[in-house]
Amino acid sequence: MSEEKFDAIIVGGGKAGLTAAYVLANAGLEVLLADRGGFCGAKNVTGGRLYAHSMEKVIPGFADEAPIERKVTHEKISLMTEKSSLDIGFSSSKLSEEPGSASYTILHSKFDQWYAEKCEEAGVMMVPGIRVDSCVVEDGKVVGIDAAGEIMYSDVVILADGVNSLLAQRLGMKQELTTHDVAVGVKEVIKLDEETINQRFGVRGNEGVAWMSAGDPTCGGLGGGFLYTNKDTVSVGIVATLADIGYADISTPDMLDRFKEHPSIKPYIEGGQPIEYSAHLVPEAGIHMVPELVRDGVLLAGDAAGFVVNLGFTVRGMDFAVESGRLAAEAVIRAKEAGDFSKEGLSSYLKALDESFIMKDLNALKGFPTLLSRREMFKDLPEMTEDIFSKLFTVTGKPSMDFVMYVINSLASHLSVAQLTSLVGDIVDAF
Amino acid sequence: MAKMSIDDKLGLDLFYTDEQNPHITINEDYDNAEEIHKVVLACPAGLYHFDDGKLSFSHEGCLECGTCRVLSINKAVKSWDHPPGGAGVMYRQG
Repeated sequence: MSEEKFDAIIVGGGKAGLTAAYVLANAGLEVLLADRGGFCGAKNVTGGRLYAHSMEKVIPGFADEAPIERKVTHEKISLMTEKSSLDIGFSSSKLSEEPGSASYTILHSKFDQWYAEKCEEAGVMMVPGIRVDSCVVEDGKVVGIDAAGEIMYSDVVILADGVNSLLAQRLGMKQELTTHDVAVGVKEVIKLDEETINQRFGVRGNEGVAWMSAGDPTCGGLGGGFLYTNKDTVSVGIVATLADIGYADISTPDMLDRFKEHPSIKPYIEGGQPIEYSAHLVPEAGIHMVPELVRDGVLLAGDAAGFVVNLGFTVRGMDFAVESGRLAAEAVIRAKEAGDFSKEGLSSYLKALDESFIMKDLNALKGFPTLLSRREMFKDLPEMTEDIFSKLFTVTGKPSMDFVMYVINSLASHLSVAQLTSLVGDIVDAF
Repeated sequence: MAKMSIDDKLGLDLFYTDEQNPHITINEDYDNAEEIHKVVLACPAGLYHFDDGKLSFSHEGCLECGTCRVLSINKAVKSWDHPPGGAGVMYRQG
């Protein structure tokens, strides 16, 4: 193997790496994909939901053959306190009606194994079970990889090795992650039978639910809770921003246990059997954490590049990963045609990213990381809504205070004028 | 649903642990209690312990999330790498 030189070596068999490999192999390039897991997907965790649009560009109609769990037709977001939950739900057959605007709940390990098979069929040399320790650099140019002393050469290396991209850090393309850049997601997959899920969530057939919540799931700390219905399991978890660990004196596993006991969550998962416990870091800082993306002979894609958008009610990472993997591959194809794998030769990747939804959305939504790092969103706001809505729906027989006055009083007791003004400012900025 | 201990939860997962080669090492002498408490709280697998002023850690059961690295590299955490190829946790659901 060490004698052969590949057109491209891809490190990481997640959504970005597999997409890049698939696109390159279909263009006739010699591609090797290395993954440190025993199989692709073995180290990968999602909440999770895949917005299908970018995958549709790579494999049209993929959902007909890929192991998707359910198509999301029910959206729910909740502001929670310990005893209450203010919910906004939206159900519509319009959601997920068209393949290009659909979203599906998936389980990463299963999906990536399917995608890896597609890559293998396309001619990618799949090498799972090896950890790439470093990129081989000659005269300032990346020319291959070093895995436990075994050197493999290629014209270009695509680093799609995930949020903890030590390879990009070792090359100096990416800084050490900070506690504001990432959150830890902790998840259980809970087995329930298909019919029970349908009954409890009010869905039919392959319809599914995506449910995001904030406030009590992280005990007022930055982050949130999530629940996604799979075919015959439910993915339930919490996501806690690392900078806020210790804000409430509770461990992340206890946070998840507490979330599972929340009066709004428990009835849905009661009696279910946990079958897997997982954890993974989630990039959270959006455009603010995007590293150097191209150097001579090397490109970054997916979580390694920090391509995630978190709006609170919508979290997108996989569609960014797929798109960036495809754009990286197309840039490599152009570089091969021109015979130039220098930073300059690969720079069409940056241009394509700028013209795609990736950079457009990361830029347009750059205010969200600021908004979602405000304490008021996770503590004061949920408490205030509990106060107001309890008042609205409670009848005691005592003469009622004017409701508008009550809302104003509640607002005043939870937020100062300065807080409110700056919060409104951040909301306006975010949108 | 009876509450499961963290060990029971980790027991649901498949691990191929390389017992001889820990991919994470700690600074056993590190004693900033506040920093250590954060790492103890943060680790989803509950692998960090701080008892009687002494920090201890086992890499068996590590979910490889990287949380401790981001929180405490060069402090409580001395070194952090991915486990060797094929070793460590093997998610079947993900």
